[in-house]
Amino acid sequence: MKFWRLIFANLFRKKVRLILTVGSFAIALVLFTFLAVVRSAFNRGIEIAGADRLVVVDRVGLMNLMPISYADKIAAIPGVKAVTHDHWFGGVYQDEKNFFPQFVIDAENHRKVYPEFMVPDGQWNNFAKDRQGAIAGAKLAERFHWKVGDRIPIKTTLYGGATWEFNLDGIYHTEKPDGDQGQFWLQWKYFDENVPSVIKSTAGWYIIKLNNPDDAARVAKAIDEKFANSPHETKTETESAFAGYFAKQFGNIQFLIMTIGGVVFFTLLLVTGNTMAISVRERTSELGVLKAIGLTDRSVLFLVLAESLAIAFFGGVLGLALALVMIPGISGAITGLLPPLLLSKPMLSFGLGFALFVGAASGLLPGIGAMRMRVVNALRRV
Amino acid sequence: MVRVDGSGNSQGLIRARGLNKTYSRGGEKIQVLQGLNLDVDKGDFVAFMGPSGSGKTTLLNLLGGLDVPSAGSITVAGDEITHMSGSKLTQWRARHVGFIFQMYNLIPVLTAYQNVELPLLLTKLSRSERRKHVETALAVVGLTDRMHHYPRQLSGGQEQRVTIARAIVSDPTFLLCDEPTGDLDRKSADEIMALIEELVGKYGKTVLMVTHDPLVAARAHTTLHLEKGVLVEGKTPREGVFAGGAA
Repeated sequence: MKFWRLIFANLFRKKVRLILTVGSFAIALVLFTFLAVVRSAFNRGIEIAGADRLVVVDRVGLMNLMPISYADKIAAIPGVKAVTHDHWFGGVYQDEKNFFPQFVIDAENHRKVYPEFMVPDGQWNNFAKDRQGAIAGAKLAERFHWKVGDRIPIKTTLYGGATWEFNLDGIYHTEKPDGDQGQFWLQWKYFDENVPSVIKSTAGWYIIKLNNPDDAARVAKAIDEKFANSPHETKTETESAFAGYFAKQFGNIQFLIMTIGGVVFFTLLLVTGNTMAISVRERTSELGVLKAIGLTDRSVLFLVLAESLAIAFFGGVLGLALALVMIPGISGAITGLLPPLLLSKPMLSFGLGFALFVGAASGLLPGIGAMRMRVVNALRRV
Repeated sequence: MVRVDGSGNSQGLIRARGLNKTYSRGGEKIQVLQGLNLDVDKGDFVAFMGPSGSGKTTLLNLLGGLDVPSAGSITVAGDEITHMSGSKLTQWRARHVGFIFQMYNLIPVLTAYQNVELPLLLTKLSRSERRKHVETALAVVGLTDRMHHYPRQLSGGQEQRVTIARAIVSDPTFLLCDEPTGDLDRKSADEIMALIEELVGKYGKTVLMVTHDPLVAARAHTTLHLEKGVLVEGKTPREGVFAGGAA
């Protein structure tokens, strides 16, 4: 690296150009990172889904409810360890912009199926005994400054429009810090008492904990066969498949993100490649001199690549630093609309790797051009 | 002793035999050098003159290993360079040739010191050794007090001195000067030529120089003219141009 001084001196030769190129790298990296974070947020449900859990929904669709009596019938199938059920509540707290997911849960069995949601025993027991009880995720409670004992009014949008009041009996945490801590749970029994008759004694979907994940296919088939030719036929799948299906309700996010990411990538490649090409062309005679005094073709390629990699590195680090500052802010502003946006260390490493890859790719063509340049031709250029 | 008739012995420093160089331009073949012979001994100071397009710079490029002849051979200090691979020729240039260009061709973002240090970065010398060499070269050209100046902070003559320092810092076998005073005023040109004469006279350097300027050529030991692709010995400049011995 005896030539580091030359590399850095060349970098700072045109300061405005350097700032613009590094800036475009940084902005592209912010956008790229944001897209990656959104994609990860949508996939997180799939990634953290339990391998030993199945989800049962009405074959017609998620909006069709199933009889609550299915719970016992499912529990009787060999290989099923525990069964619980959920409902979507869909209420509004104070203002529509305060959206967060609210689930009607089965207090008796929920913990058996979802051990990763941790609630202190005392709080859970209070919740189980309190028909108007509720439990909130730690981040949700933090967002609205709730504490245990608070009275929380939620206006329902699906079940008559009345305002339901809940006692916050507990706050749950997750094993992993990036787990979903933004849910609000309420008691099924309280829900069942207050909904219109058509909704009574129903479940939105069932979640099954298996004794052995290897039995997933057999148990799923057994459940669907059990309810075949009934008014509410079922569709049973693994929790990860269900989460994937749920994510697709938002449209083909994956495709959208990959498309925008691809555009970002190629735009960045062209911008940086063009900058490097101009930079090399401006220095043709200097490169000729370097070759004349003994720099090998490979060394000249190395100089050009090192320069574009340095631009990519600085732009990448700046972009990732901006993303580190911006993404928590964006995540806070859209809490509830999307799963939490988390910028993990692997994602940061990937972002930097992406930047360096673009840097290397954009410097390659101008570098090869400089490498192949004939000294006598280069020296003729002034 | 400089010869152009191919009669020099193999003991000379530079030996060119039957050099041909042909360019293709728009489908037309242009033969610039046609069977050129040249023998140069160590310590010689040769000036090449000739009209534009006569092949002076082409000859310099061939002798410096920057270009390859269409036919013929060049031997420098026993090394036949015409058949060397590209990378080997690059290494050979770094070791044996110091280049001095008309437009100086300094790297504008590096200081005088850093420009002079460039050829040494290709060697295994330590940082302190490099410093010693660079300071010596800058002292030879009289620019010790300007070593941390950038080219834009130097006059044309000073820039050319830095180029000379860069050319001599690795103690090459010979120096190639392509119009070294072409971009300078007369006073600066005289100073540069005095410096080159010093390199030859005091340090025993071998110098091959292309110039259009008869006054500059007159400072060389021998002036050769390129005519129709071959070298022709002229009168010694001191006889022809400086009849009064002003040089």
